[in-house]
Amino acid sequence: MNTEALFDLNAAGIAYIVSAILFILGLKRLGSPATARTGNRLSALAMLLAVLATVFSNDIASWEWILAGVMIGSGIGIYSARKIQMTSMPQLVAIFNGLGGATSAVVAAAELIRLIDLDESIPQDVSITIMASVIVGGATLTGSLIAYGKLQGVVPTRPLLLPIRNVINIFLLLSMIASIAWFVIDPSIEPFLTAAIMALTLGILIVIPIGGADMPVVIALLNSYSGIAGAATGFVLGNNILIIAGSLVGASGLILTRIMTKAMNRSLLSVMLGGFGVEDGATGTVGDDERPVTSIFPEDAAMMLGYAQSVIFVPGYGLAVAQAQHQVRELADLLKLKGISVRYAIHPVAGRMPGHMNVLLAEANVPYDELKDLDEINGEFQSTDVAVVIGANDVTNPSARNNKSSPIFGMPILNVDQAQSVIMMKRSMSSGFAGIQNDLFFLEKTQMLFGDAKDSVEKIVREVKEL
Amino acid sequence: MFDLETLIVALTVFVLAIFIGYEVITKVPPTLHTPLMSGSNAISGIVIVGALLVASKADGLISQILGAIAVGLAMINVIGGFMVTDRMLKMFKRSDGKES
Repeated sequence: MNTEALFDLNAAGIAYIVSAILFILGLKRLGSPATARTGNRLSALAMLLAVLATVFSNDIASWEWILAGVMIGSGIGIYSARKIQMTSMPQLVAIFNGLGGATSAVVAAAELIRLIDLDESIPQDVSITIMASVIVGGATLTGSLIAYGKLQGVVPTRPLLLPIRNVINIFLLLSMIASIAWFVIDPSIEPFLTAAIMALTLGILIVIPIGGADMPVVIALLNSYSGIAGAATGFVLGNNILIIAGSLVGASGLILTRIMTKAMNRSLLSVMLGGFGVEDGATGTVGDDERPVTSIFPEDAAMMLGYAQSVIFVPGYGLAVAQAQHQVRELADLLKLKGISVRYAIHPVAGRMPGHMNVLLAEANVPYDELKDLDEINGEFQSTDVAVVIGANDVTNPSARNNKSSPIFGMPILNVDQAQSVIMMKRSMSSGFAGIQNDLFFLEKTQMLFGDAKDSVEKIVREVKEL
Repeated sequence: MFDLETLIVALTVFVLAIFIGYEVITKVPPTLHTPLMSGSNAISGIVIVGALLVASKADGLISQILGAIAVGLAMINVIGGFMVTDRMLKMFKRSDGKES
């Protein structure tokens, strides 16, 4: 907590260094699915080490409160980790991000109260870091709660645009700067609470205008914030392990944010400004398209698949909603028994968070080496007999490649339209998140199979068995 | 409280750690991005160290309660984060049936 704590070579200091090394090695092992599990355990070990070092190097005044916190927190943690459905992983991560932010803010508050009780003057660098910790932490908390609400459907997923939101945001930003200045001049409870309330409001206002389609970006960004909040707390307490682990998480979130925005061909700025996916008829094509589509039944799809040589499945969020991953795996197994090559093409923004689709398929025992990402698979569609699109839409829209006036022009897509034939499983002709029509539906080689994905795939499985 | 020199040291640590994080994490394949997020989330639970530090120094009732709340929140993050990540990674299998 003081000058010595930074570079003091006592036992705790050494334990913190070992812990930092273990965190880095743990993350490094996440570089391959084969080593990832031990990597995660190394990180957990690093955490345990850091916690034990902290507990044993400090005289703890009263155990009761701390133990109560540990017991209740662990209980909730174990319960939610066991009970959560894989489909709801984005919500869980959103909530956990928020808790990380909340912890940083609460630690900053507790430290401030302690310093005030000590009755010493609080130097400027400490007051600035306390502000950083509470503002990033507070905004992360409410931002994550809104993101959770949108993912869960409690808060409307369409972008909510307040008419005078720019005025409100600027007013809020200015008052926040004012309260920081007030706090630095007079580090007391009132300006601290003012800044905290501003941060909590800001978090809400930042996420509320962002549409459902952009949620993967938002979660990744909040992930980064929760790390940065932790690092800021490290500055408040002069503790290196907090700074190191916090920045690792901050970097991780930033990288994922960049991957997501690139995969949607959007800039971070335009995501933050929100409004994407507003159905304001800007493109005008939805609903008034009268081009004919070919519609087929599960039996026909079974014939196409059963007599194909190679099949690529293209899963999207619709698959997760219909919980059809197990049926898809069963179908894939049947096809493989017939000697048909089966692979899965995963777009980076398929699902509601980075890598979401991979986890859902892993849950259904789909081997991870059959899951191919955009660059690996895009050259393969040409030589593929049937591409089966299940609950994905915008990420297969060829207009991203060849229609300059399309709002999603330039977005990297899966080249499903290059396969010999395409089966498109959908509930209806409705458009995707981007609110635009998919030209893929109207191609001669495309067969639409309407209905619930799980139900349709089940029927196909039955038919394929009888072939 | 720390002086300018230690603040610079802390900043150095911060910047270097971000570079290491960047190098290590760009090598994580897309298939593991969800476990990466939940796992790094658990790592951001490192604020538990901060929570323990303030909780151990707390003497008044308010700071004791705040400390306990901070410890509890961080604990959800740590335990829940590592456990759910482990649960996910356990499911990743190769086609030759070997466990990951």
